[in-house]
Amino acid sequence: MNRNRDTSAYWASFVQRWSGVVLALFLPAHFYVLSLSLQGAEVLEEFLHWTDMPVVKFAEAGLVVLLAVHLLGGARILTIEFFRWAKWHSNLILLAGGGALTCGLLFLLRAI
Amino acid sequence: MDNPQQKITVSIWRGKEDGALESFETPLIENQTILDLLTNIQRKVDSSLSYRFACRVGMCGSCAMRVNGKPRWTCRTLVSNVVTDGELRLEPLANLPVVKDLVVDMVPFFEKWQAAKGRFEPKDAGVQEFAPIRPDDKKRQKADAAIECINCAVCYSACDVVESNPAFLGPAALNRAWSLMNDERDGSSLERLTAVSGEGGCQSCHTNSQCVARCPLQLNPTASIAGLKKQVALAMLKGAI
Amino acid sequence: MNQRLEVKLWLAHRLTGMALGLFVTIHLITMIIVIQGGISASEIMERTSSNALIPLFYGLFVIASAVHGSIGLRTVAQEVLKWKGKSLDILVVGFFLLLCCMGMAAIRGLMS
Repeated sequence: MNRNRDTSAYWASFVQRWSGVVLALFLPAHFYVLSLSLQGAEVLEEFLHWTDMPVVKFAEAGLVVLLAVHLLGGARILTIEFFRWAKWHSNLILLAGGGALTCGLLFLLRAI
Repeated sequence: MDNPQQKITVSIWRGKEDGALESFETPLIENQTILDLLTNIQRKVDSSLSYRFACRVGMCGSCAMRVNGKPRWTCRTLVSNVVTDGELRLEPLANLPVVKDLVVDMVPFFEKWQAAKGRFEPKDAGVQEFAPIRPDDKKRQKADAAIECINCAVCYSACDVVESNPAFLGPAALNRAWSLMNDERDGSSLERLTAVSGEGGCQSCHTNSQCVARCPLQLNPTASIAGLKKQVALAMLKGAI
Repeated sequence: MNQRLEVKLWLAHRLTGMALGLFVTIHLITMIIVIQGGISASEIMERTSSNALIPLFYGLFVIASAVHGSIGLRTVAQEVLKWKGKSLDILVVGFFLLLCCMGMAAIRGLMS
């Protein structure tokens, strides 16, 4: 029932938190896949073959977007917290969103 | 122009936390503030309605409450500006215990103010000379930017972190602590840094900036808290606290 | 120690955030370039074992992300799920150790 969520700064925090949660929960899966290499290149290869599917590529692009938005959003927070407040700090939200989508697009274009 | 035929439905919170909204029909009057509307209802319709106000001219902050979910000063809010589809909802400030209807218990708010050491403490020695503070003094400018707070608790009500972290000292208390950290005459900097870096201290702020969005005096607690974070970090790395 | 615990965690979170800002930028750019047209398991393993600096880089990366992610999840658990106390701390340390072990296994596998 909280109606005070209509600022871009609130949503920047929201996205920062939940992109972080998704990434943190994804990490064990990511490490697990890569550790398949311990069983030999063929075992890892078999898994990577599965990731060639377009739907997986889109999911990967989604992860890239989340990673990029979390990074750029994090850079914004570090800027606010460790430098003196300046008006241009409010532009960092747009930078984070736009930058993240660009990264995702770049990944998708190169991955396909 | 007044249109006595046009009525609006005002839903007002009655009772304590376990209370409910009660509806009142009232005419929509041009240039009427929400405070006027409440006084009207209390005098003509239901004298048991409880609400706070004092100066009624936007100086004291006593009339703060939630209007359609957003905390604001009712004496400085025109009904016509906030009524939507002929409806208005009035609730007490969030994150504070409800005494009755639209009145909240401000004690927890002020307890956190004290816990953050939001009070001036002079340097130990008696004043021998006046502390010279030039108008272009950077610290003074930082203090001045945060000093106008009249502790109305609008920011406290707006903040999601206050809601989700009961220990969080809140934007107002920390904003005041920051202004005092920049006060040349104050002598308890280290104690104050300790006070704002315990559980629920400045590090709990997530820069949601809901406080900035709602503050009637356009203060920036997010920036003040960021300043505290930096001071705390430096003090910790130097081993001072 | 306990009184300063929250601030120490906050500081560790921000410092690892700064490190990750650098690591992730390198990682993302590398991935976007390298993924072009797909990449096989043996190609990955060849690249990652080509230079001794690579496991060192990823080792630091794993530790930094384990610290950063664990502290972040702890805050979310406290504020969203209202968890607190020893049981939460044990879970968080467990997650940290899990990420470290799985991450190191992944690096070891890719180096072979």
